[in-house]
Amino acid sequence: MSNSVELSIAKAINAGLRKAMTDSDRVLVFGEDVAQLGGVFRITEGLLDDFGDKRIFNSPIAESGIIGTAIGLAMRGFRPVAEIQFDGFIYPAFDQIVSQLAKLTNRSEGHLKMPVVVRVPYGGGIGAVEHHSESPEAYFAHTAGLRVMSPSNPNDAYWMIQQAIDSDDPVIFFEPKRRYWQKGQVNLDAAPMFMHKAATVKQGTDLTMVCYGPMVVTALQAAELAAAEGISIEVIDIRSLSPIDFGHIVESVKKTGRMIVTHEAGTFVSISSEIAAKISELCFYYLEAPVLRVGGFDVPYPAAKLEELYLPDADRLMEAVDRVMAY
Amino acid sequence: MVQLLSIDGEFSATKENKVYEDIIRGLKQDDFLKFYRDMARLRRFDNEATALQRQGQLGLWVQSIGQEAAQIGSGYAVGPNDHVFPSYREHGVAITHGVDLMSLLKMFRGVNHGGWNPLETKFHLYAIVLGTQTLHATGYAMGLNFDGKVGTGDPENDLAVITYFGDGATAEGDVSEAFLFAATHNTAQVFFCQNNQWAISSPTESQTKVPIYKRGEGYGVPGIRVDGNDVLACYAVTKKLMDDARNGLGPSLIEALTYRIGAHTTSDDPSKYRDPEEVEYWKARDPLLRFEKFLRSQGIGQDFFDEVNIAGDELATEIREATFALQEPELEEMFNHVYSEPHPMIEEQRAWLRGYEDSLGDHE
Repeated sequence: MSNSVELSIAKAINAGLRKAMTDSDRVLVFGEDVAQLGGVFRITEGLLDDFGDKRIFNSPIAESGIIGTAIGLAMRGFRPVAEIQFDGFIYPAFDQIVSQLAKLTNRSEGHLKMPVVVRVPYGGGIGAVEHHSESPEAYFAHTAGLRVMSPSNPNDAYWMIQQAIDSDDPVIFFEPKRRYWQKGQVNLDAAPMFMHKAATVKQGTDLTMVCYGPMVVTALQAAELAAAEGISIEVIDIRSLSPIDFGHIVESVKKTGRMIVTHEAGTFVSISSEIAAKISELCFYYLEAPVLRVGGFDVPYPAAKLEELYLPDADRLMEAVDRVMAY
Repeated sequence: MVQLLSIDGEFSATKENKVYEDIIRGLKQDDFLKFYRDMARLRRFDNEATALQRQGQLGLWVQSIGQEAAQIGSGYAVGPNDHVFPSYREHGVAITHGVDLMSLLKMFRGVNHGGWNPLETKFHLYAIVLGTQTLHATGYAMGLNFDGKVGTGDPENDLAVITYFGDGATAEGDVSEAFLFAATHNTAQVFFCQNNQWAISSPTESQTKVPIYKRGEGYGVPGIRVDGNDVLACYAVTKKLMDDARNGLGPSLIEALTYRIGAHTTSDDPSKYRDPEEVEYWKARDPLLRFEKFLRSQGIGQDFFDEVNIAGDELATEIREATFALQEPELEEMFNHVYSEPHPMIEEQRAWLRGYEDSLGDHE
């Protein structure tokens, strides 16, 4: 009998952080407003009471400083978990992430390990003002030396945050903020799988739909609509955006012969560009139709009243399903 | 400005410099000789590296000529277990921390990106993006607080951190953020700014409207200016502030006023932007000449200086031969240590390049 509880994604990340901080006293949590307030999304709520202000503390509002000091703490042998309050606030830390954090292991020929986790609530759909709804994952997936992950459900959230903290490499951990309150069962006994493995969340035979983070729910909705039309969609949650478990996607596409990739970010030079290119290369003789991509548009994230038009929904996915099935 | 040696090498301490004077009076003659030996060693190394670059043996060299006192003086004031976070011109501090000088030359020859073990040398990798290292130093110093390594009164236990940067780097936001994080965490840390007066072609006045040593005050990091061409003043002030930091008195900023006699790097041409008279003025304030005068006034004879010269010639030969003998990096080096844990894409690309190169081998 497994030890299972129902948690939201937010509570699951909180529980995962608590577990990691209990398991190792080298794990530190810091960022803007993470201590007494528990972060603007309350992900770190209660940790201050349990672990004290030497393990979890507020930082000044200076993102480069947050990541730069996290690097120094890692050099001292800590395993820092730094929170960037919102996706659009990560850019002041860009140099410290891509030129420092990502490269120090390489520059030191392996002498320095960089077990730093950067937690980032990301994506839209919450009616926020600008800079609070972005999907900047491609910048980081493009950077050698970083690992990039995004959970889509509470069980993954609980385990993936712990796996990220356990990793000796830097991990940019994107949390799907509009799904924070989505509930699900969390198995507290055993991790579902290796951190960089993709998961088939729904079996199907006609078409492979590849997604991650906040779009997994949307893809499952589309699969249901398609099923009503007699189209069987296999939904793959890639979970890890760098590295990507291409082997898993290839197996599915060899079976279905069709693929759609979706995410909230604009599609130009994106995670879906990479997957489409790679699958065209690896599955050329198996594909019955071109790989289609469904994402946001290549515009600045729009004002909240327009975001429903920007974000891909199940209907937009179905439009692509119709096109890809027409071949 | 704290100065203990006049331009003529005369030791003179004022009343307000008493604390620094006492630190110097606690040194032995051997310490003075070590300071001079290493300043001379640094200059010889620096000149040899410049020559190697001119001969095409190094891709680039970053000269430190003129800054020997600031580097050797402050470097020796750092405790053996204190960590140093340098910028990219701190060859002298590398010497005081026992870093193999060939590690520096490997980097500038293009063999690797540094590669020495900072956890072993306590001297971290060169930071080329300006000011970034000041935050790493502050984070490390925050860790010292969390680990109970500050202010216990036990000299075996307590540690501090020093970070080096230049006048140009003070314009970077990271330096301001480092001041702020250091002050709010009361870190055991010295910010050591070598103001060599030129940020490539931009004079200090274009980087700051207030003296650099005052730049930390608003954040809660008090500052002091020291004559950066006076090795004894640089030693004493750094020693005092590192000890204060170690004892829990918090971070501080030292501005060592010095001068970049050479170019910014071997790619630079300072004749385009600065007055040769200015360079002559500062050559007259050469830190080695000043300290040599002091040593001679202390009865150190010509034999010592001859011995230093011979050691310099030996070092130059050794460096030159070792540079020629440096192995080219293997193909594998490009893929090694991109990550600490296995990564499928890196392994795939490594295997591909290896196979590709092997396939070409037959046709050569």
